[in-house]
Amino acid sequence: MNWHVTVRVSRYKQDGSPPRFDSFGVEAGPDEYVINVMERIWAEQDRSLVFRHACHHGACGSCGLRINGRERLPCSVLIRGITTDGGTLTLEPLRNLPVVSDLMVNMAPFYERMEAVHFTPARVAEPILDETSGRPAVQPSPVLRYEDCLECGLCFSACPIFGTDPEYLGPGALAAIARMIQEPRDGVDVGALRRLADSEHGCWRCHVAFECSEVCPSGVDPARSIAALRRQGVADGLGRLFGSGR
Amino acid sequence: MDVQREHDQTYQATDARRVVGWVDLRGRRLGMWAFAVHRITGIGLVAYLLLHLLVLSILAQGPAGWDTFVTLARTPLFLALDVVLIAGILVHGLNGIRVALLGMGYGVGRQKPAFAGLLIAAAILLVLASIRIFAG
Repeated sequence: MNWHVTVRVSRYKQDGSPPRFDSFGVEAGPDEYVINVMERIWAEQDRSLVFRHACHHGACGSCGLRINGRERLPCSVLIRGITTDGGTLTLEPLRNLPVVSDLMVNMAPFYERMEAVHFTPARVAEPILDETSGRPAVQPSPVLRYEDCLECGLCFSACPIFGTDPEYLGPGALAAIARMIQEPRDGVDVGALRRLADSEHGCWRCHVAFECSEVCPSGVDPARSIAALRRQGVADGLGRLFGSGR
Repeated sequence: MDVQREHDQTYQATDARRVVGWVDLRGRRLGMWAFAVHRITGIGLVAYLLLHLLVLSILAQGPAGWDTFVTLARTPLFLALDVVLIAGILVHGLNGIRVALLGMGYGVGRQKPAFAGLLIAAAILLVLASIRIFAG
């Protein structure tokens, strides 16, 4: 049996009008995903509603937004997990990224940071091989592999530090730096990455709220990577102080 | 890193909106609550420090002015404010130790129990301090 759900949607158009919330009443199955309800609202009630989506199964990370204030992938959230029959759910765009229209943000600030880190994914099935032996040169712990990152930007939105420093590198880029230091790639200057992480907008800005790791749909755990960078930074600093550092 | 921000004219990129992220706790977990509590108590303690310096300026008015203030400071309302102040100091100070350790990579996997534990410690110390304040 379907539930009656009220969906409050943040609306914004670049026509000079202020942002607002619109409410849509929908009949939704409790085992439907939120993205299905959003698509029905677009198809049956308002064709001007803008949101991004692609794979519908949590693999591409393109549909990220805030559901009831929390960063989620609507393709992975069941209606029964987020509201009740007769209840309300609120959809808002990701934070810390400029809104293009309604629920769609411009991901450029996030991607620019990832590009600055020169991160190249290497999947579990394609490890970096030792040229002589043909075996994996480095075999990091599977649970700590950064390559699970979808680049969905949820961590970028959940991090409160952008309220202090809009130029902060952010959890995703810092986790990528930690990964690159752990398993260096050809042609990448690891020293430069260390300096980037150690910069004014780098890992020292983190105030350990842990929301990046809490909202990550892939279990990447950027907070742990940032802590590792800081720990290494402290060790390097002490080494320099006493004459044995890099 | 030179990050282009040509899209900043859109409403959600304003600084005011970003700062709201400090205290928008909808759906947030314990680590974020600890972050928000740390910010709020920190700002509160800075405000108290300024107020404290302002109050000390009463000393310039001589003993009579100070005695009047001390009489006021012994009223139950002021003593209750002392309890609030001590609560802020305890939570901010103890969480500061937690943040410093986490920031250096120690105890990352135990950050939630650490915050719960420090709140319990702060509550016990606050009860002892309150008894001392109101009994003394």
